[in-house]
Amino acid sequence: MALLAVRGLMAQYGWTRVLHGVDFDVEPGGITTILGANGAGKTTTLRAVCGMVRTSGDITFDGRSIAGRATEDLVRLGIGHVPEGRGTFVNLTVEENLRLGAYGRASRNGIAEDFESVYRYFPVLASRRRQLAGTLSGGEQQMLAVARALMLRPRLLLLDEPSLGLAPLVVREIFRIVRTINRERGVSVLLVEQNAAMALALADQAYLMETGRMVRSGPAAQLKQDDAIRRAYLGY
Amino acid sequence: MEILFQQIVSGLATGGIYGSVALALVMIYQATDVVNYAQGEMAMFSTYLAWTMMNAGLPYWVAFFGTLVVSFIGGVLIERIVIRPVERAPILTIVIVCIGLLVILNSVAGWIYSYIQKPFPSPFPPRPIVLGNVVFGAHDIGAIVVTLIVLAFLYAFFRFTTLGLAMRAAAQNPASSRLCGIRVGWMLAIGWGLAAMVGAVAGMMVAPIVFLDPNMMAGILIYAFASATLGGFTSPGGAVIGGLIVGVIENIVGTYVHFIGTELKLTVALALILVVLVFKPSGLFGRAAVHRV
Repeated sequence: MALLAVRGLMAQYGWTRVLHGVDFDVEPGGITTILGANGAGKTTTLRAVCGMVRTSGDITFDGRSIAGRATEDLVRLGIGHVPEGRGTFVNLTVEENLRLGAYGRASRNGIAEDFESVYRYFPVLASRRRQLAGTLSGGEQQMLAVARALMLRPRLLLLDEPSLGLAPLVVREIFRIVRTINRERGVSVLLVEQNAAMALALADQAYLMETGRMVRSGPAAQLKQDDAIRRAYLGY
Repeated sequence: MEILFQQIVSGLATGGIYGSVALALVMIYQATDVVNYAQGEMAMFSTYLAWTMMNAGLPYWVAFFGTLVVSFIGGVLIERIVIRPVERAPILTIVIVCIGLLVILNSVAGWIYSYIQKPFPSPFPPRPIVLGNVVFGAHDIGAIVVTLIVLAFLYAFFRFTTLGLAMRAAAQNPASSRLCGIRVGWMLAIGWGLAAMVGAVAGMMVAPIVFLDPNMMAGILIYAFASATLGGFTSPGGAVIGGLIVGVIENIVGTYVHFIGTELKLTVALALILVVLVFKPSGLFGRAAVHRV
């Protein structure tokens, strides 16, 4: 059974409908990616899963329906969301940002260990732990955003365009760590990306989104070979 | 020279009270972007609650801490019942709601307790403290100490507790806070509760000086606005320092500039607000608001 199953998801901003019945699954322990151009509805899909926009349709997480529930409650079920724009608390220190990440945890136990393990994944954060998060570079803030979500001990990690605006080397580093987290801790990942090549290399399952609908889906390796996707999104 | 020194000390004492009310204003402003015009009346009402408890025979400190608890609950309820429905309304709507709250609290206090001034006890000994030729009122010194304790308590709360951290986060970035599992609405309500508590302390410290009546905070609220503006509406510590400065300036100007005296003292506060807003709108310790576009 899928960890996250979405059926017929619709969402709108004001009068404009952005999602027109989206279906997809995230398998437990897997990495699923949603690819698509700007404005296809990828970010809205993640926001809809987290109850941040008004939606209709079915969303089940771990077998129970979560549609219409408040964001704060979904976090408590173990859904960690690394939002578009990173959501950094710029006037708080790196360490305070991470403490906030642990705020919605089911259990207070093991927070110290988790601090150690995110500092091990992202050594640069350890060296900047007393610095205001607003003084970090873009790449460091993205790492902080991922680390903050990890402090929740999430079962599902939602990543919204972690590559946006970052140097290729930094992006590669972040993707490598996401894979490590997925393998070591069994955290399922739903990754939304414009950088199709990187995303397809990382993911097991992939979906292609266009104007608020899923238009193709399948194993990532298979979609990589798809001619239409190659021409439109991989550029060769 | 002794007169100057004495004026400074008593200025610091009243300044501490302005600072406490300013601190309450700043806390709500920081958390919710609302300037709570009813802050003074909330403090006045809390002081009447303390008076009621003492009249019922409770010892001073029991009534003091009892009042803090009731004020906290009252602040939370006001946010939930009165402010929450207009949370997303334009700023002017919220201002009008706060002014409405001010009028209601003032009238209700007058209706229950009448407008006749009542004496309010000080917890500090009536005997003044004499150092050389300078005489300090024990209540003045006590009020300064109490203000500093409140400030230290709030600093520790916001700096070291998880709840305090969550409240700061909720004020800065509500969307991200929700993604951390923080119930943002409740954080704002707790902010109002804490502000009501701080205001209650200020009310109980000022009432022995000005006597208890429903209008006792009217002037003090204006001094508190001057303090918060001077210190910076974005800086809690600045608000208290602003309060101390306003208290001292007010006293010295009142003593040495004869045409001002006691009658025009309040004008000094208003002039100060104007000067700060013209020359340094973010205040001495505040951050200028910068918005990315």
